[in-house]
Amino acid sequence: MKFIDFVCFEAIIPELQASDRDGVIAELILSLDKAGNLGKGKCKEITRAMIKRENEASTGLGKGVAVPHVKHKSVKDLVAVIGKSSTGIDFSALDKLPVYSVILLVSPIDDPDRHLRAMESIFRHLQQEKFRSFLRQSRTSEQIEDLFREADENPSL
Amino acid sequence: MQAGKDTLEKLICETAVEIKNADGLHMRPAMQFVDTANGFDSDVTVSNGETDVDGKSIMQMSMLAAICGSKLKIRAEGPDAQEAIDALRELVEEKHFDEPMPKK
Repeated sequence: MKFIDFVCFEAIIPELQASDRDGVIAELILSLDKAGNLGKGKCKEITRAMIKRENEASTGLGKGVAVPHVKHKSVKDLVAVIGKSSTGIDFSALDKLPVYSVILLVSPIDDPDRHLRAMESIFRHLQQEKFRSFLRQSRTSEQIEDLFREADENPSL
Repeated sequence: MQAGKDTLEKLICETAVEIKNADGLHMRPAMQFVDTANGFDSDVTVSNGETDVDGKSIMQMSMLAAICGSKLKIRAEGPDAQEAIDALRELVEEKHFDEPMPKK
């Protein structure tokens, strides 16, 4: 699956205001909501569900990246957004290091297969050191969008 | 479907498993898999036929996109290869990660 099929580039936040995990999750979900990707008035509910999921097990899998996600009945189609923090956020990551790049994903409940395919695309690239460092160096929404579009065309990125 | 090949100290074991929980190998089950694999000294490799990944890395395991019904090959190499394979096969096929199977 390609990033352009599920990433909402419009909602990208190149410098997150929030400095803690729950704040970052709320900020990114609000941004998706403003871009019109979530069910009406469901923003807070989805935020709570995602924080609950995050408390069960951290999606900070190490190397400065986190992929918070939740399945929620109010979304019809899977959607992801990217947020960056130059100061770093404590995500209780597996390697205990701060997180600089966040890819947040909201999926509908009834399509687990599509959720897995989106995760596959995300980790195929996050796995690559080059992709992680380009992402970390990106300063603007445009740079982040370009990187994800280029990754769609270039499997080695 | 298990085969053991005895070399001097290194044992290589392989098994084929099917993902049985409805939601497939998403992050939580992948973490359970990695935790179990890390309990053994043997190297663990998992293949979906296209990609081979390190069964001890959560990022790599998340790349398998194994949906319900997918078949995976697990290979362990090391002194406790047989035990590792037995534990991982049990987790995937018998316990199906303590998650529900599809409603039929």
